[in-house]
Amino acid sequence: MKYTPVVGLEVHIELYTKSKMFCSCSADYFGKEPNTHTCPVCLGLPGALPVPNKQAIEWCVAMGQALGCKIPLFSKFDRKNYFYPDLPKGYQISQYDKPFCVEGEVTLSGDKKIRITRAHMEEDTAKLTHAKVEGKNVSLIDFNRSGVPLVEIVTEPDFENAQEVVEYLKLLQQTARYLGVSQADMEKGDMRLEPNISLKKAGEKGLPGYKVEVKNINSFKFVEKAISFEIGRQSEVLDIGQIPKQETRGWNEQKQATLSQRSKEEAHDYRYFPEPDIPPIRWNQNQIKELEKKLPELPQAKFKKFQKEYALSAYDIEILTREKSTADYFEEAVSAGEKHNVTAKQIANVIINKKPDLEKTLPAQLVQNIKGQSTQNIKQADLDKILEEVLKSNPQIVDSYKAGKINAIQVLIGKVMQQTKGQASANEVKNILEKLLS
Amino acid sequence: MVDVTNLTLQDASKMLSSKQIKAKELTEAFLDRTKKLNEKLNSFITITEDIALKQAEKVDKLIEGNQKLPPLAGMPIGVKDLFCTKGIKTTAASKVLENYVPAYDSTVVSKIKDSQTVILGKTNHDAWAHGASGENSDFGPTKNPYDLERVPGGSSSGSAAAVASGQCIAALSTDTGGSTRQPASFCNLVGIKPTYGRVSRYGVMAMASSLDTIGHMTKTVWDNAQILNVTAGNDTNDATTSPRPVEDYIKEIEKGVKGKRIGLPREYFDGLDPKIKSVIDKASKELENLGAIISDISLPHTQYGIATYYIIVPSEISSNLARYDGIRYGNGRDSFGAEAKRRIILGTFALSSGYYDAYYLKAMKVRRLIRDDFVNAFKNVDAIIAPVSPTLPFKIGEKVNDPLTMYLADVYTVNVNLAGIPSLTVPAGFIDGLPVGMQVIGPDFSEKLLYQIGSAYEQKTKWYKSKPNI
Repeated sequence: MKYTPVVGLEVHIELYTKSKMFCSCSADYFGKEPNTHTCPVCLGLPGALPVPNKQAIEWCVAMGQALGCKIPLFSKFDRKNYFYPDLPKGYQISQYDKPFCVEGEVTLSGDKKIRITRAHMEEDTAKLTHAKVEGKNVSLIDFNRSGVPLVEIVTEPDFENAQEVVEYLKLLQQTARYLGVSQADMEKGDMRLEPNISLKKAGEKGLPGYKVEVKNINSFKFVEKAISFEIGRQSEVLDIGQIPKQETRGWNEQKQATLSQRSKEEAHDYRYFPEPDIPPIRWNQNQIKELEKKLPELPQAKFKKFQKEYALSAYDIEILTREKSTADYFEEAVSAGEKHNVTAKQIANVIINKKPDLEKTLPAQLVQNIKGQSTQNIKQADLDKILEEVLKSNPQIVDSYKAGKINAIQVLIGKVMQQTKGQASANEVKNILEKLLS
Repeated sequence: MVDVTNLTLQDASKMLSSKQIKAKELTEAFLDRTKKLNEKLNSFITITEDIALKQAEKVDKLIEGNQKLPPLAGMPIGVKDLFCTKGIKTTAASKVLENYVPAYDSTVVSKIKDSQTVILGKTNHDAWAHGASGENSDFGPTKNPYDLERVPGGSSSGSAAAVASGQCIAALSTDTGGSTRQPASFCNLVGIKPTYGRVSRYGVMAMASSLDTIGHMTKTVWDNAQILNVTAGNDTNDATTSPRPVEDYIKEIEKGVKGKRIGLPREYFDGLDPKIKSVIDKASKELENLGAIISDISLPHTQYGIATYYIIVPSEISSNLARYDGIRYGNGRDSFGAEAKRRIILGTFALSSGYYDAYYLKAMKVRRLIRDDFVNAFKNVDAIIAPVSPTLPFKIGEKVNDPLTMYLADVYTVNVNLAGIPSLTVPAGFIDGLPVGMQVIGPDFSEKLLYQIGSAYEQKTKWYKSKPNI
């Protein structure tokens, strides 16, 4: 390919706090009767003042910490001034030059690094619906969403293809869910994506002199399509010796294309200035450390741990760590299983293939169920043969067991169970192995 | 029979609790006077007669039942029309909101309601509090009770005229750059501009959020302290209010000024009208006689106050007035008056990309220097006294076509707002029959001290006893 894509991302994630960002109205607006979650503050009535939601700020910081960001000790809110009917105050409270989180980095597969420029806090707007009421075309405003907390995460233009973007987005979604700060449900609009895309000649250093921002993307599939479309479109422009226009475009699913929305000349001047109604936020090192301590084990760390500790395929681990609740469940079951000689692989198999209702079955119960099924269904001679083969073909594992790494036996049990297609009793296999290796 | 509309809040309260007068009689007396004088003075935009009478009856029942009365029970008060009052039209003195009825009470209004105050009505002012004369009201100018051809000062023009003329016993006002102190000074009243963050701004329509404070206008210092006792305090609805506990401003109010070090900032007297200067000089002599230690001090960045103020204020105004778009409530933006439009344009310009650093950011840096001036001064003195206004109450129409001259009316008051510190104005005498006030300025949260100094001076001079002939 003649050109290398240069892609950066802005992602908005709506937080899952009980109340809104600056008032005590419920933030749970999805599917609710319009304009029932409102008060003077989120309606922008005369005299109303914002009071920041501490939980939301801490969650924004947690999100930043999870993405490897630094948390500056001084931070503040700013007003972003613009007119739109869904913005009742005529400005959005956001963060301009002192965001809560800066300079992070995430690592994708193949050791690809994506730098995080910043993660900051802002408020959502109301929702406009264009409808026909009594024969008239009208615009309806629902303020239930007005003032719901949003975290905006901005990356450096480090992506080189749509696949990297999608991998990053999935990681971001998974991270938000692990932290329990958002459901990050694309369909409900919890997560909104805005890639900016440009092309440079392959091998060229530096950044292109333009960028195209694409809005209105509400699924990972569309982001992939929109980026691919833009790469094609911009290539054609560059091919005839022109430079693509700096502009904002929108993804149009019907036309399978991005369409121009706003050019550089029409760009807003947001007249940012410090929000005088909210004092600046000052952290001390201890508070930042305390918040960091509260972070749960994150998806990538979980993945690596599972790879290291259990003899499971990357495919299995990916499924098990996709949701924090599943990963936690699996770990509890493994720990319960150790007492009953039920292997990690057996547990993984059941969770992945039989899909039991994890909310209704306790981990220990699951282990009991597996154990119950594990009576020997194999002739002893066949089992002995398999045991012999497994020991012979895995000398390193045998050695590490003998060297004192007791957990290595789990790997051997797993391999035997695999070869016997689950017909042997893991308990029995373990007993025999222990004798053979002693 | 005494004319109860001449009473101080302190005396009226006593008469009420000792059952010498009924709350309803008191309210009726003030309502009668208000109805009679309002045509002349135009101090009220809305008179809430029914609500006032009902509330007065409620207070009478409390008294009959020998219930313990809260501090402001039965006191007939005017409320600047910038304070949201649930169910009572609140216009900001602008055509934009000429029919706007708020759905909620501002924090200060709910506090005075909890104290069983009688709200007589909503007072006139410069629209959106933009002005120093009251002439920018979209509902006509308010007249000064001491001379009907002159302005009562602004922006809290109606609150000042109403208290001075006995239309109400006290009034709520605001002070962003002098809007309480200057009209109080023009009308022979006591006015407090508290420390930024001492009184909640919630529900008071914002002018310049980083400078706006809630003020009170009364006849005497004691009355003023009594109201601040009710209104001051942390508010969970205003993130800029201080968690610092509120002092009892009445307790020890007569402590006096003995040994108190009071500074006279020379920058405030250079070029000052000699007649006004002699009033302040005389006042400083009085304080000295009462035992205060007077010294000259310097606030070197004083001269940059007006320029700084008129960058920050319009910038914040341009943002704060953006919500009045006529989509959900009120009239459209074409209903804004000339001064509001001027400030919106100035502020929009100052915040624009490419200008922000040169204007807003620079102004915020100078603001810091102005505050540092005061902080440094208060290392050597306990309080500062200064003039309030560079001129006497001026004629209606005299400055209205010259915005810059009008802006200079704030020259001695804006720096206090920029610094965020408190200032109390007390009557200091008369020149040619027109009132002149004096500011007592103190460090953050020094309201108690300011009331002590103000009270000592007031008890010696008793200027408050002079009434306009109306």
